[in-house]
Amino acid sequence: MKRLQMGFLNFLTKRKTFPHGIHPLEHKELTAQLKIRRLPFAHRMIIPLSQHRGAPSLPIVKVGQEVVRGEPIAEAGGFVSVPMHSPVTGVVRAVNELVATPEGPKARAIIIETYAGSRQEVLFEGYRDIDTMSPQELVQAVQDAGMVGLGGAAFPSHVKLLPPEGKKIDTLVVNGCECEPYLTCDHRIMLEQTEKLIRGIRMVMKATGAQRAIIGVEDNKLDAVTQIREKLPADSGISCEAVETKYPQGAEKMLITSLLGKEVPSGGIPADIGVAVYNVGTLAQLGELIPKGRGLIERVVTLSGPGVEKPGNYLVPIGTPLRFLLEQVGAKCDAGEVILGGPMMGMAVASLDVAITKGVSGVVVYKPQEEDLKPRTVFPCIKCGECLSACPVRLNPAMLGQLAGVREYELMETDYHLNDCFECGCCSYVCPSNIPLTQYFRIAKAINREAKIIG
Amino acid sequence: MTEVTSIAISVGFMAVLGLLLATILVIANKRLFVYEDPRIDEVEEMLPSANCGACGSPGCRPFAEGLINGSYQPAQCTVNTKEINKFIADYLGVDLGNQVRRVARLACAGGSHVAYIRASYDGLSSCRAAALVSGGGKGCAWGCLGMGDCAEACDFDVITMNKHGLPVVAEADCTACGDCVDICPKDLFSIYPVDQQLFVACKNLEKGDEAEAQCDVICTACERCVVDSPEGLIEIRDNLAVIDYSKNSLASKIAIERCPTGAIIWFDQKGGGYHVGKDARKIIRKEALPVG
Repeated sequence: MKRLQMGFLNFLTKRKTFPHGIHPLEHKELTAQLKIRRLPFAHRMIIPLSQHRGAPSLPIVKVGQEVVRGEPIAEAGGFVSVPMHSPVTGVVRAVNELVATPEGPKARAIIIETYAGSRQEVLFEGYRDIDTMSPQELVQAVQDAGMVGLGGAAFPSHVKLLPPEGKKIDTLVVNGCECEPYLTCDHRIMLEQTEKLIRGIRMVMKATGAQRAIIGVEDNKLDAVTQIREKLPADSGISCEAVETKYPQGAEKMLITSLLGKEVPSGGIPADIGVAVYNVGTLAQLGELIPKGRGLIERVVTLSGPGVEKPGNYLVPIGTPLRFLLEQVGAKCDAGEVILGGPMMGMAVASLDVAITKGVSGVVVYKPQEEDLKPRTVFPCIKCGECLSACPVRLNPAMLGQLAGVREYELMETDYHLNDCFECGCCSYVCPSNIPLTQYFRIAKAINREAKIIG
Repeated sequence: MTEVTSIAISVGFMAVLGLLLATILVIANKRLFVYEDPRIDEVEEMLPSANCGACGSPGCRPFAEGLINGSYQPAQCTVNTKEINKFIADYLGVDLGNQVRRVARLACAGGSHVAYIRASYDGLSSCRAAALVSGGGKGCAWGCLGMGDCAEACDFDVITMNKHGLPVVAEADCTACGDCVDICPKDLFSIYPVDQQLFVACKNLEKGDEAEAQCDVICTACERCVVDSPEGLIEIRDNLAVIDYSKNSLASKIAIERCPTGAIIWFDQKGGGYHVGKDARKIIRKEALPVG
């Protein structure tokens, strides 16, 4: 049945969605109407060499070297790796410095001191005509731009452009769901950078050979849907669909199920069923950077939460220290109240000295007295089954949790499909006994991974 | 047919069936018989049945088999007492073998009274869980989180947590099974022969003041131990003193004497416990450091 196009009658038809999932409070009203703005440059930039999945980048600058904004400072350390570009005009103060990361272990980084008097223009660019580029040239251009998935996973974008041997991509799914509470950066990008987004989509369609592209947007952002539909060229093979607002709609496998009614096989990747998924932020950046021959040096970050005085969406140079960022928006807080990314899948930080990396889509700051921050008593499992009806990949979190309690990590993987869990946190969210299920699963996965390495 | 005949038929049938199956079992027992050395069972009886894996085999029975075919030596069982191992050696008529006793050692001395805390973690009380949340709250990203996963994993109750939240290994009873090595999310435990007495109880890769801001007993890469000890024994690699144990015979207590923090230590071979150098800063503080 063809969906009704008239906006005000939309409630009559049920929107496409996936089974299970949860409805956390959205809190998006804090920033959804605020335009993307720039922030001042920090005087000391920290650029970790491993901001993405895969091999770390290799530095190509020396201590004391002057760099201009946009200049490459590190090259890709392999195929699944990307180069880095200087976010500022300044001087390299350290290469291979150990810096704090949100994950915990210290990692190597390049430190650049910003020239205070510089106009910070991007001088390092070379214009390209994307219409005449071959798919191979496009893939190389995407890697050279240092593009990674800006939705949070930070997986190098060019790898997804080349599906594994024998697989063909026919559909491009564009992820504009933004199901995490508080975050609105993708919403603003869809509204303000619609042309760039469409240019990015066409480029990726060309590089992958996809015949059609579907932009999936949650129905709490209908203004973005209307705007994209207005600007979509006819006969381009691109369409825009509203899907139900539900967490985790923005997980790539969930969105594929919602839009196409297909399921990615267990342990597989979207390319197995001929689909590639890209975030709207990634595509808009591609549409901006590739024609100009620039590298990824800044991204839109949502700064929000009850602890922020001036919430909003800011264009933040990659490598800006978190402490500086929080000072700019008037957040006086301790590390304990800050979450990088959204509150559902984001990371709590133990230090404000970490840098904003390519994968950070938002910073949520709570107030110290917030009820959500208090430690909760964990009670035994009462076998209510709430987690089973919340799990979007239809696992049995209750059983997995019990097995984790008795350290049967191997059994969790072989008999209860632990590796299909993508740690969305729905089970922990709904658990009336406050059992930290997702944390248990992450421990189990880490131990299984180590056991496999030891052999 | 009367009831008697039907009973007789069924009894007869069962008897024939029983005989038939018994014959099959007898033949199978003869044809499929596998000879197993009876000594395997007896040696297994003498082993501790801890199945800890310290000897290098997956459990006690594979170890018993290995003893009989000569791929293991009785002394490799670190759980049994020497007397029982000697008894096994005599019983099998093999050499006892000499295995240097090995123990688990923790490469961190940063208890709550010396290591600074940058954030407090309150969640699941487990190092594994804490390490997943931004690496735990400890100022030093390499340091012991002190929630006792190792003490819980130890099957021999050799590891206890002291009042500063640091695991203490009772060396005399440690069997070097390696369970603590596997469970530690920061990879701080490793197995050492007891004759390697010089030991660096730190894994921090930062230098000088930056390191000292994190912990009072940290290796600051000052290189005093490198200068004081014979050439090549200790080197500074990535701002951390690393001992080359292939030159262990050159090691002496001189190396620890001038260490300003007491990060390099000398283990007592006999009674357990360890010494720090004379110049190491004295830690008077008993209570835990505040967060921040």
